[in-house]
Amino acid sequence: MAETTAHAAVHHAPPQGFIRKYIFSIDHKVIGIQYTTLSLVAAFIGMVLSWAMRIHLAWPNAHIPILGWLSPNGAPGGVMTPEYYLSLMTMHGTIMAFFVLTAAPMAGYGNFMLPIQVGAADMAFPRLNMASFWVTFIGFLLACATFFIPDGPPLSGWTAYAPLSAVGSVAGPGQGWGQNLWGLSIALFCVASLLGSLNFIVTTLDLRTKGMKLSRMALSTWAWFINAWVSLLAFAVLLPTCLLLVLDRLAGTSFFIPGGLVFNDQLQPHSGGSPLLFQHLFWFFGHPEVYIIILPAFGIVSHIMPTFIRKPLVGGWKVITFAEIAVGTLSFVVWGHHMFVSGMSPYMAMVFSVPTLFITIPSVIAVLVWVFSLYGANIRFDTPLLYSLGFISLFITGGIGGFFLAQPSTDSYLHATSFVVGHFHFTMGLSAIFATFAGFYYWFPKMFGRMLNEKLGKLHFWLSFIGVYCVFITMQLTGMTGAVRRYSALVDDFMVPLLPAYRFMTIAALLLGAAQLIFLYNAIWSRFKGPKAPDNPWGATTLEWDTTSPPPFDNFGGRQLIVYHGPMQYDGEKSEMQTSPAPSIAGT
Amino acid sequence: MDHSELAVAQDGAPVEVLRREHGVLMEVDPYRIDKKKLGMWIFIISDACTFAAFLFAYGYMRIGAPVWGTPFGLSSIVNGVVMTAVLLSSSLTMLAAVRAAQTDNKNSAKKWLGATMLLGAIFAALHLREWVRLIDEGWRLFYNPTGGAAQFGATFFSVTGLHLTHVVTGVIALAFVTRGYNQGRYDQGHVETAGLYWHFVDLVWMFVFPLMYLMNAH
Repeated sequence: MAETTAHAAVHHAPPQGFIRKYIFSIDHKVIGIQYTTLSLVAAFIGMVLSWAMRIHLAWPNAHIPILGWLSPNGAPGGVMTPEYYLSLMTMHGTIMAFFVLTAAPMAGYGNFMLPIQVGAADMAFPRLNMASFWVTFIGFLLACATFFIPDGPPLSGWTAYAPLSAVGSVAGPGQGWGQNLWGLSIALFCVASLLGSLNFIVTTLDLRTKGMKLSRMALSTWAWFINAWVSLLAFAVLLPTCLLLVLDRLAGTSFFIPGGLVFNDQLQPHSGGSPLLFQHLFWFFGHPEVYIIILPAFGIVSHIMPTFIRKPLVGGWKVITFAEIAVGTLSFVVWGHHMFVSGMSPYMAMVFSVPTLFITIPSVIAVLVWVFSLYGANIRFDTPLLYSLGFISLFITGGIGGFFLAQPSTDSYLHATSFVVGHFHFTMGLSAIFATFAGFYYWFPKMFGRMLNEKLGKLHFWLSFIGVYCVFITMQLTGMTGAVRRYSALVDDFMVPLLPAYRFMTIAALLLGAAQLIFLYNAIWSRFKGPKAPDNPWGATTLEWDTTSPPPFDNFGGRQLIVYHGPMQYDGEKSEMQTSPAPSIAGT
Repeated sequence: MDHSELAVAQDGAPVEVLRREHGVLMEVDPYRIDKKKLGMWIFIISDACTFAAFLFAYGYMRIGAPVWGTPFGLSSIVNGVVMTAVLLSSSLTMLAAVRAAQTDNKNSAKKWLGATMLLGAIFAALHLREWVRLIDEGWRLFYNPTGGAAQFGATFFSVTGLHLTHVVTGVIALAFVTRGYNQGRYDQGHVETAGLYWHFVDLVWMFVFPLMYLMNAH
């Protein structure tokens, strides 16, 4: 084997100026931190929006002074109108689904870790990478800008169903410029995601270091790689969907607006369009989107677990990876299950119901891999593992709700209730958030060179874990009684007795939010004052732990790594780096 | 930018290595595909999905419309056939340019690239002439002068507009590649990658022409 020698010491100097180093940086590590920070800010905004909604649901006449200041029309005197409730709901969904759940576990950690995990110095296209982040940033600013225009944010939900989203300001407050900005923001997000996915795929295929076969890649790299393919195909369809929506709104076309439609006593000058077409196009993106959110979580958890259970996952890299590939592939043929009650042909409902039930098979296989791997393991209950286990728990709980929703007969009853809201918060919202936290606690030492406080981490986990169950199990139960989603108040007689449950959820949600302050304090304090992190604090085996914390500009200080075996070389307390030539333990 | 150079292996033998963006050295993998080329393939896959979504919307609108209308007469079809011939020829000239660049025949490559750009520009001009004619006849994104479905204009202009944007972008990109190639900043790999894009745009037209023109001929 030819090891290159003296030449390797030659380096390009890293950029020195503040702007090139930290703002318009082409370094994947800086871009990863930028994405993570953006997501953290977005998550905070999204969480505050959910508080405002929950307070209104529990105490409909409560004054929230900041809302009155933010939108004199939407919340006169601080009491929100039903329309403004929908605006907050729309922006909560949009910000959380796109700018938090899609961005953090994939673009945030993926950018930072993927090139290091394959032994590369940077992404394949570093400038394109920088462009991805800044386009995302502009998209985020546009989404936030909707709060500050006179009409406020759109009220058509994060799914922006036509014709409500397509006819313009006549449809209600926020449906004028609010919805235009929304469309532009999401179109930009699509472009950024497409560029990012392209970069991830090319980096994984092209920049792997010597010996890094596909079969030896870190499981998180695998998940990001699979996920990049799913994003590449899904966002390529959301982009034209946004464009057609904008054409309907601004150029007078009727793709999504049927004839004879009356809004606010005004006959709309459109004919022949189809709201179902919008739903088909949107959900062709939208269903893969929930897997785009959850696949990186699969990867992060599969990557973290072997380190803390000190043994390989059951089935090695193959079973979990093929399960992820199956999930990613099947995610493109199940979109119609969002449309069982949309007026689609009942035969089509059957066609989409069957693959929806099938997709549970690889999901269950993944869950069984994680659970069975715990058997007989010498488990270290550090915070990253707690969050991984929390992820598994939430994913199972959410997944069980999925069985009822996958079948048209039960879905017809449950579809418009808060059962669905609880379901997707469990299965893709909070489980992805928990995996993101697992990744944060796991990789923080590598990203910032400091250790987080373990006691505060555990406290944060237990409060979050209990809080999440209090809020969302209650939400699913109220949904089973028929509590209608998207209502800003309990107006129907049968819903009024649910008020105590609603207040319980609101209080739990506020406490759950307050628990996040522990996380924020821990992260900020540890960033500056935490104990210095060693190179490999967890005794892990993948390449990111084979360099300093944080890694140098070129990731490995000019060393060329050679990989000899897969990532799961664990045997109790013993473990072997992927770069160690002669493994003394049998792993995969 | 990556480039390969010779280094000395531990046993003293020379070995070809790849110098990476940040100065890292790696052994050249004979199976590694050029990253620009791979990136272009990935882009093409994604862009194909975007076109597919537009064409799906067109099919959905068309099937759903009680009266669709087929406005294209002989002159439009002839115009379309000429456009198709022009675009197909431009794929051939692009092939010749890539072949010339691969054999380091720089002058010949530049000539063929020029011919490709010229054919692309002719295609765009013919296409715009068709658009102007339709607009003169009263077709709009939201209006059908023959009384059929208003979606005809919406789908025709958006699908062909998206394709036209790709052609114009392609011509501009080819101009940049030709300039860089002429100055020695770009190599034959860049020409080949630009060629991949160009053939893709050509291939898309092979779907757009029958679906948007031939199916709408009366």
